[in-house]
Amino acid sequence: MTNELDIFVGNTTLIDEDVYRLWLDGYSVNDAVGLRVRSGILEQTGATAGVLQSDTMDHYRTFHMLERLLHTPPKLLHQLVFQIPPSRQALLIERYYTFDEAFVREVLGKKLSKGTKKDLDDISTKTGVTLKSCRRQFDNFKRVFKVVEEMRGSLAGNIQQHFLLSDRLARDYAAVVFFANNRFETGKKKLQYLTFGDLAFCAELMIQNWTPGAVGEAPPFPSPSLDSQVDDMDVDLDKEFLQDLKELKVLVADKDLLDLHKSLVCTALRGKLSIFPEMEANFKNLSRGLVNIASKLTHTKDVRDLFVDLVEKFIEPCRSDRWLLNDVRLFLNQYSASVHSLDGFRHQALWDRYMVTLRSCLLRMYHD
Amino acid sequence: MPGKLKVKIVAGRHLPVMDRASDLTDAFVEVKFGNTTFKTDVYHKSLNPQWNSEWFKFEVDDEDLQDEPLQITVLDHDTYSANDAIGKVYIDIDPLLYSEAATVISGWFPIYDTIHGIRGEINVVVKVDLFNDLNRFRQSSCGVKFFCTTSIPKCYRAVIIHGFVEELVVNEDPEYQWIDRIRTPRASNEARQRLISLMSGELQRKIGLKVLEMRGNAVVGYLQCFDLEGESGLVVRAIGTACTLDKLSSTAAFLPACNSPSKEMKEIPFNEDPNPNTHSSGPSTPLKNQTYSFSPSKSYSRQSSSSDTDLSLTPKTGMGSGSAGKEGGPFKALLRQQTQSALEQREFPFFTLTAFPPGFLVHVGGVVSARSVKLLDRIHNPDEPETRDAWWAEIRQEIKSHAKALGCHAVVGYSESTSICEEVCILSASGTAAVLNPRFLQDGTVEGCLEQRQEENLPAGCGFCHIPYDELNMPFPAHLTYCYSCRKQKVPDVLFTTIDLPTDATVIGKGCLIQARLCRLKKKAQAEANATAISNLLPFMEYEVHTQLMNKLKLKGMNALFGLRIQITVGENMLMGLASATGVYLTALPTPGGIQIAGKTPNDGSYEQHISHMQKKINDTIAKNKELYEINPPEIPEEIIGSPIPEPRQRSRLLRSQSESSDEVIELDLSHGKKDAFVLEIDDTDAMEDVHSLLTDVPPPSGFYSCNTEIMPGINNWTSEIQMFTSVRVSRLSNINLTNQTLNKNFNDLCENLLKSLYFKLRSMIPCCLCHVNFTVSLPEDELIQVTVTAVAITFDKHQAVQTTKTHVEKSLQRASTDNEELLQFPLELCTDSLASHTFSPAKEHLESASSNSGIPAAQRAVSVEKASPLTEGHFRQRSAPCANSTVGVVKMTPLSFIPGAKITKYLGIINMFFIRETTSLREEGGVSGFLHAFIAEVFAMVRAHVAALGGNAVVSYIMKQCVFMENPNKNQAQCLINVSGDAVIFVRESELEIISPQQPVASCQPACSGGEIAT
Repeated sequence: MTNELDIFVGNTTLIDEDVYRLWLDGYSVNDAVGLRVRSGILEQTGATAGVLQSDTMDHYRTFHMLERLLHTPPKLLHQLVFQIPPSRQALLIERYYTFDEAFVREVLGKKLSKGTKKDLDDISTKTGVTLKSCRRQFDNFKRVFKVVEEMRGSLAGNIQQHFLLSDRLARDYAAVVFFANNRFETGKKKLQYLTFGDLAFCAELMIQNWTPGAVGEAPPFPSPSLDSQVDDMDVDLDKEFLQDLKELKVLVADKDLLDLHKSLVCTALRGKLSIFPEMEANFKNLSRGLVNIASKLTHTKDVRDLFVDLVEKFIEPCRSDRWLLNDVRLFLNQYSASVHSLDGFRHQALWDRYMVTLRSCLLRMYHD
Repeated sequence: MPGKLKVKIVAGRHLPVMDRASDLTDAFVEVKFGNTTFKTDVYHKSLNPQWNSEWFKFEVDDEDLQDEPLQITVLDHDTYSANDAIGKVYIDIDPLLYSEAATVISGWFPIYDTIHGIRGEINVVVKVDLFNDLNRFRQSSCGVKFFCTTSIPKCYRAVIIHGFVEELVVNEDPEYQWIDRIRTPRASNEARQRLISLMSGELQRKIGLKVLEMRGNAVVGYLQCFDLEGESGLVVRAIGTACTLDKLSSTAAFLPACNSPSKEMKEIPFNEDPNPNTHSSGPSTPLKNQTYSFSPSKSYSRQSSSSDTDLSLTPKTGMGSGSAGKEGGPFKALLRQQTQSALEQREFPFFTLTAFPPGFLVHVGGVVSARSVKLLDRIHNPDEPETRDAWWAEIRQEIKSHAKALGCHAVVGYSESTSICEEVCILSASGTAAVLNPRFLQDGTVEGCLEQRQEENLPAGCGFCHIPYDELNMPFPAHLTYCYSCRKQKVPDVLFTTIDLPTDATVIGKGCLIQARLCRLKKKAQAEANATAISNLLPFMEYEVHTQLMNKLKLKGMNALFGLRIQITVGENMLMGLASATGVYLTALPTPGGIQIAGKTPNDGSYEQHISHMQKKINDTIAKNKELYEINPPEIPEEIIGSPIPEPRQRSRLLRSQSESSDEVIELDLSHGKKDAFVLEIDDTDAMEDVHSLLTDVPPPSGFYSCNTEIMPGINNWTSEIQMFTSVRVSRLSNINLTNQTLNKNFNDLCENLLKSLYFKLRSMIPCCLCHVNFTVSLPEDELIQVTVTAVAITFDKHQAVQTTKTHVEKSLQRASTDNEELLQFPLELCTDSLASHTFSPAKEHLESASSNSGIPAAQRAVSVEKASPLTEGHFRQRSAPCANSTVGVVKMTPLSFIPGAKITKYLGIINMFFIRETTSLREEGGVSGFLHAFIAEVFAMVRAHVAALGGNAVVSYIMKQCVFMENPNKNQAQCLINVSGDAVIFVRESELEIISPQQPVASCQPACSGGEIAT
């Protein structure tokens, strides 16, 4: 005797958190049943495998029906079909949009296109995240990207408003969107040591300081619908700012200025750094590296390589000389502060906008 | 022109994309009532149109108001081709016709399409202006209230319980009309939905007229059913109990403590009562002892309830009435005489109620049931449904005479059902024979008399257990002893009833769900031969179901069944029997004996061993069950108990009465031999099977209890967490070599597994009780068995609730403060309106916990009433302020007549909805499970939306009366019909009542604020 039809419908929709997790993780019903059996639930409850199978199917069916609504979370709140307490609704949404660290590191900075979607097979094999789950996560990225891409205002705020995510998760999505939009390269081998947290941290600072929205004086937008050329507030880097960064080149191009800068830094740090000689020897290289990165950011290609450059031009040299994190901190503080004492340099504000962000990024990225 | 219906279409949201090119929709709305149609403007290119229409006004007869549903159709405008329908909303405007139910229907309704399901929502406002019409010969019955609840609704008091009302209407089923061959499935489904809606409106109106004739103002225990007879037509029938109800707060006589807001007084006569003196005065009968001291007062006469059944239904002579005065003392005779006179006037002294006002039920005789097998033929003239009327009249007559045979004049907990397969139909009726207190049945009731009498009555409610029949002239062999409570009267050794456990009954321990399950194969046959085959099988099935129930009851160590419901389902090649009941141990009845197994070949050693092994297992199970259900009756010295009346040991006897034609009606007696041991002879295979099935029933996991009655005896500290659910399973039998045994096992497994699944699914609610577990079996096809279960899981406090008032207040304080931020959803006028109608009994919870040791549910006893004064405007504003950004309000649903931890403050009207859903893309919708899962979820959603639009926050006495599922996987098609009903109510949390009433009394709008809590 076989059950052709087997359903359970509660007036309040029953949500089993454990099964939801299995579903999100992309397990098939049978795999999920197997995992549940191994969790010892049968012994705890005295249920049979058949009961577990039926229960799992039921939950999967419910989740499947809810998925359509989860794509536009505000709909979940206003729909009438599933009566779900608000706290549960929040849990459903939050979990649905939560992503795996391993997965996001693979996709971060890639174009959220069909081409990437085809690579999900490989990503799945590489990360051990099931293909189904990869698809969900990828589609989430893409969906969020599409919705907020053209929007004005705070990126994280927009995401939070349209997807009802927690503050933390909304900021993570802002980072994902920001990376995807600017196509920062993060997949190179030498960048593998960076966690999503590191990169999200950098993204947040860049959004705060390097986008048009950061300036505070938002460009006048008389009719945003007509003027599609206007940069998005938070998603793109401030083109004007990037253009201006060329002005910093003088710091390394002008030999006097460079020498003066070096001497100011060396005087201030003498005796305070364990690796002082190495720093002294490397100063010009490091400074050239940081300033050149800034001056090249007008090229899209160089924007994409920003993180590669930072690691190659600054982090790797320091690391090979065994700088401690504290050494790096002291150096960068002094390095950026000393510029204010260079009389011939006129772009103090620009320098600060660049260096404040860069310094924090580098410090965050400086680990093994 | 007695009424003006006003409708306003406000807005739509989440509409489906109808124009692929633009991904948008050009929606407009048609509003139709009767033959009048209005249209809104087209709202171009939006999925969230804002029509904000004018008020569409329909001027209609109140007869039409009752019959017709308001039909709202949402369409997509198309310039070049026909407009596409998006979906429909049917709104039953009946609740607006009572003077004190809802005043406005306003809210978001799901737009429903029979092919696509819910497609967005529409915001509608509906109002009715009724003009007074004093025409005595009117055809409408506006103002008669309908309740599905099978007890007196919580905020009312029964002045008179008039009795049985029934009606049926028939029509051709649109699905089987010739036109169905050429129209679309959608059109056919909608024709059907509309027709049924019309028919049930008409039925309700006709019932209402009968109630008015009887001078009642309400129908309680209203049960409406559809018989889809296929080719031969569509029958909509309803039964109910006519009552005259008074709003509780308005009768100062009820309790001195009751503070009645004076403005409420105006509302009392909610129908135009032509004779206001009816409840004035009458013979007051001060009674010391309920059973005996009836003064032989004048025989009450009242006009007989008129029914339009044309048949002459004079009781058969010689049935029962002769036995009345013969033996058993003059008192009993007197009582009988009196009740008789009150009831004999009635065509059918039946009551659909299952719970009664205290003192109403005097004695209970036992279950009476009747079944009849009929061959369906085409209904030729829908206006004269006399065939169907005659069929039911016949069965009811049968029931009446069975009751008489039991020495009873009334039948309570009465219900009727059908099972149809092709052209064969089994009609069933069952109820509990009872002797009633005539006081409630008379016009001359003395008010307040009831309350005075309660305390001085019989010790600890054992009265209803006492036999109503003469012990020396028993209708069937029974084993009688003196009552274990009062020692004065005789009681039977077991008691089966279809009613809820009376609130004053004393029980020991907890109750449990007991089910008997049975299948019998039957040869496929045509027409007459088929009907005969079924008729021949029926008595055996009844007998076996009964035996199983008895065995299981003994195995549980209990002695009474409540809420017994036996369902016999007919299929192509089999009959299924499913009986559900709640077993309890009544203190008044004797301790049940064990079950003894006897073999017939005592010389075989291994056989003996086998038997003793079984015996041991059974004994162990009984002991275990006694522990599990906490059954530990006090030891009673033998000599006190009256010696049993000598009676030959006997398993059971069958009374069969054969009527002409192909129908058969049987009655089962309840005697099952001696009390000390119930003997099972396992020589015959049936008994072997019985023993096995006894032992395969697994008790629910610890922390779980289940019952099919309203409340679980022995548990009364409910928390407010409830979860109503429906579960459906369809099983396919492997068709090879089906025998009765394998069939039985399959069916048994199906039910047991279903229960196990429920326990597993609801494990997070432990400790919890499944209440009102309602199983329905149907046989949709040859090898398919469909089982549908609806029940409610309620958590309870494991540790006896020792809540001090202080902690209680603290808790509610917290809650109240958080609630201020919560949302509110119904309009202002509703809240103020319902305000006046409250009576509060906040002390109920405490009382219940206090009385929990005695095991008496205190629901009926707790009658402390607090003051209710009108709410100040300021307070109200404060509460309603945050409703602006409201999400969806929580609507609870429960098959029970109450909501634990809450007080129902207002009944808004009956919900009675019928839906059809069909698909031609079954696989794409997730197969049969996906299809039905989505559909049931949608039905729940539509019920909730209607309740919310009425201003309510719960449905009580919810029931899914029908769930007919048909599939054709080869064609990728499926169709399902669902019929649900219930009472829409407003409830207020008791904790909120307590905290708010001291300073500022409760707004009835408050429950909507409880959205944050776990909801049903």
